Amino acid sequence: MNEQPHAIVRYRTFIAIWALLLLLTALTVAVSRVHLGALNIWAALGIASLKSALVIFFFMHLKYERLIFKLFLLIALLTLALFIGLTFFDVLYR
Amino acid sequence: MNDRGHPAPHKDYAGAKLGMWLFLYTEVLLFGGLFVLYAVYLQRYPQEFAAAAGQLNLVLGAANTVILLTGSLLVALSVSAIRHGSARLAQGFLWGGVVSGVLFLFNKYVEWSTEISHGIYPGSPILEQRAQGEIVFFGLYYITLGLHGLHVLIGAVILAVAAVMTARGSIQQDEFVVLENSGLYWHLVDLVWIFIFPLYYLLL
Repeated sequence: MNEQPHAIVRYRTFIAIWALLLLLTALTVAVSRVHLGALNIWAALGIASLKSALVIFFFMHLKYERLIFKLFLLIALLTLALFIGLTFFDVLYR
Repeated sequence: MNDRGHPAPHKDYAGAKLGMWLFLYTEVLLFGGLFVLYAVYLQRYPQEFAAAAGQLNLVLGAANTVILLTGSLLVALSVSAIRHGSARLAQGFLWGGVVSGVLFLFNKYVEWSTEISHGIYPGSPILEQRAQGEIVFFGLYYITLGLHGLHVLIGAVILAVAAVMTARGSIQQDEFVVLENSGLYWHLVDLVWIFIFPLYYLLL
């Protein structure tokens, strides 16, 4: 697995991502101040997931990595989803 | 580096990074466990969680979000800087990242000392008289944010070490996997906070 590193990400790209992250932070605060019932938590989680994707794919360079790195992420997220899903399967139907 | 015509010591660039990612996934599962607990108790005590969350300091929470996002930006920039060959710039960005961690922890100190002085800490007599859901909320709040704060502290130390290594030349233009992996750790700290902030500070 000894290969050349990925291309250098431009400063401009990182700064644009950072601005987008700040914008999404403002959005999540704004949305949370409106009473939407159960939708509030899903909106918060949705925006947080979007922000995470920006951090993972750009700041952590995952976009520029080989397929195996992306598969690793997928497996980790599936494990976490399974973990959460099975817990709720137990807790909700007790 | 073998294409430059001289034998180089064995280096496994992709392997080193893949190993770091694997370690980060164990961290995701560690925090994942705490988030599962949060989700289960949120589902059980929705009103009490909302009442407790309303007592947190939203301004400090939001400020810390901006601080961590900016710290992440600086560390991401440092990787590009070292690869352009500007070690001084990379060092500057890294120290900026360290400062963001210190600022974050200072805010956390202000926040927690206020809360503790109001008698809100696990096992305090004042908190024990509150509803069960609020006790659970603050218990999870201290353990999750405490563990995250510990990660910020470790991350800031790692960034400082990377900055010193850059100054000494052991991290350089074509030898930067240590810097990249330190950055990955710092970004993970940011990722965890991205979920903590709405779940703890913004709950209605």
